[in-house]
Parts: sequence; C-alpha cells; structure tokens
Amino acid sequence: MVASVTSLGRNGLYDWLIQRVTAVILASYTVFLLGYLVLSPDLTFAQWSGLFGHTAMRIFSLLALLSIGAHAWVGLWTISTDYIKPAGIRVCFQAACGVVMFAYVVWGVEILWGL
Amino acid sequence: MLVSIYRYNSEKDNVPYMEDVNVDIPEGKDLMVLDVLHLLKAEDSSVTYRRSCREGVCGSDGLNMNGKNGLACITPLSEVVKKDKLVLRPLPGLPVIRDLVVDMSMFYKQYEKIKPFLVNDTPPPAIERLQSPEEREKLDGLYECILCACCSTACPSFWWNPDKFIGPSGLLQAYRFLADSRDTSTAERLADLDDPFSVFRCRGIMNCVSVCPKGLNPTKAIGHIRGMLMQRST
Ligand code: SF4
Repeated sequence: MVASVTSLGRNGLYDWLIQRVTAVILASYTVFLLGYLVLSPDLTFAQWSGLFGHTAMRIFSLLALLSIGAHAWVGLWTISTDYIKPAGIRVCFQAACGVVMFAYVVWGVEILWGL
Repeated sequence: MLVSIYRYNSEKDNVPYMEDVNVDIPEGKDLMVLDVLHLLKAEDSSVTYRRSCREGVCGSDGLNMNGKNGLACITPLSEVVKKDKLVLRPLPGLPVIRDLVVDMSMFYKQYEKIKPFLVNDTPPPAIERLQSPEEREKLDGLYECILCACCSTACPSFWWNPDKFIGPSGLLQAYRFLADSRDTSTAERLADLDDPFSVFRCRGIMNCVSVCPKGLNPTKAIGHIRGMLMQRST
C-alpha cells in the first residue's frame, strides 16, 4: 500500500472510477450541446438562454462543471506525480491546480445560475 | 553486420558510450542475439552481460535490442536486425552496473511486495492441497512468468514510479496468487493494492504485452485485479 494524501479520493479505485464516470458525463454533455447547435440552425438568444434557464439543463451543466473539476484534478495529479519529482514543486503545482479548478467551478456556477 | 553496443565501466568511464563493432555472421545461419554477444566477447573479453540457460527459461539475458526488449537467447537476428545493424542496450529504466548488466533490486522489491507465495492458515492436509482441473486452469498464462523484467522495463509508468507502481510483472504475479484457489489471503492482498499507485498507475499502454518473451498478458491480469477491487468495494 502506497500512501497518498493529495489524490482526489486517496484510493486508487475511487480515482479510477471518478475518472471514468466524469468522462462519460463530459462526453454526453458535449454531444448534447453539439447536437443541439446542429439541430437548431437559426438559434436565437432567447432560445439559447431559455435552454440554460431550464432546471434540467442547469442540473446537467452543474454536473458537467463539477465533472470537469474532478476529472482535471485526477488527471493533473497523475501527471504531476509522474513528471515532477521534487516534492516541494509537486505540492505547489497540485495546490495551484486545486485553486484554479475551484475558481473555475465557482465562476462557472456564477455564469450559469446568474448569482 | 554492424553491432552498436552500450558500454559502461564505472571504474574507467565517466559516462556510458556506444561502441560500434563489425561482426562477421556465418553465411546461411540465423544466429540468436546471444550468439552475437558470444562472438563479441571472444574478441573483447571485457564485454559484460548476463546469461545462463541460453534457451529462454532462466530470464537472465533480457536486453533492449534495436529498441525492443526481449531475451537475447531466443531472439533470432532475422527478427530484429534492420539495415544490417543491431543496437544493443541494457533494459531501460534500471541503473546500469556495467555494460548490459542492470541492477534489478527495484524490480525484485516490487515482486516482494505482492507476497509471491501461497498464504493459507488452514491446517495442511496429509499430502497436498488439491485443486480441481478448472481451478488449476485459472493459473495458466500467469505461472509461466520467468521474471525477466522485459515488461516492467518497457513500461513508462514503471520508469516514472519504479518505487510505487508494482509494474506489469509484479501485478501478473499478484493476480496469479489472487486467482489461486489454495490461497486464503485474497482480502488482505486486495487491500494492499488499493491505492492510486500500486495497480492504478497502469494506463493500458500495453508495451508489456508486446515485449513479453513468454507471450503473457500482464494488462489482462491487471484488468482482472481491477475487477476484483471493484467487486470488493462497490
Ligand atoms: S510477464 Fe513476461 S516479460 Fe514480464 S517478467 Fe514475466 S516473462 Fe518477463
């Protein structure tokens, strides 16, 4: 057993599963949005903001946003443990990634829910 | 044929270097790479490499030949030589002791971690612990590993984290004991593997499968371990 305190779930299976589940969510969100854009050629602003005003869409968007955060955390954490060998620099990189991801999630929520 | 061989002697050389040697290959014969090393050594006795059984059983002569890991004794020249040139290097990712000889301690440490022996606390029967033919069949494709390290040293995940990631060879062995009906410590074995490095650093690159001289499939074994971990915790 190799100890690790900075990974998302501190457990291999958990991180692995999160990575897969969030990937599926992100893929379906992307396909849905692209499909929507293709199927509505003369899209108006009212339609577009109506779509994002819908509760189901808000849930889906928030889910996608949180998925991006988690997916990026697992991915960048893995990259940092592969390539950044000095522990000090690695922890700084991981902390910076964490702050950036948190900021993006909060920012995204603000845009979506218009708080 | 031109042979370019990795040379390093810590007592003489500051840095390793490649030495180019022309070797006369007897007409009409498909020598093994190990035979070429013998020819080289006959000319220059300081050329150093490991070998023992010379028939792909002991696993001592794992080398990197023209960029691909394999056993020198069972790799014919016709299979590796390109443009009449053969480049011989030690297995990548492990510290070089001399020429083609690497320090395998890290590799063995990972092997030791997975407890490569049967654990069974029940009283031993008078003769032996029996297995049904079906139970025995589960070990096929696992027990044949000769610990040559060709797979683990071809694995980028092992290069980056040789101290934390068990590596394809160790994980193939881990599954060999997880799958054994006579072993009773499955739960402890799985608990030991459930961290972000030991098993999950495998990214499915599958270099291990492409180089294994025994034709084994460590990636598949790793998939089985993942499945067992999933079953245990979901
Ligand atoms: S799995 Fe194959 S390549 Fe890896 S150590 Fe065993 S025999 Fe060698």
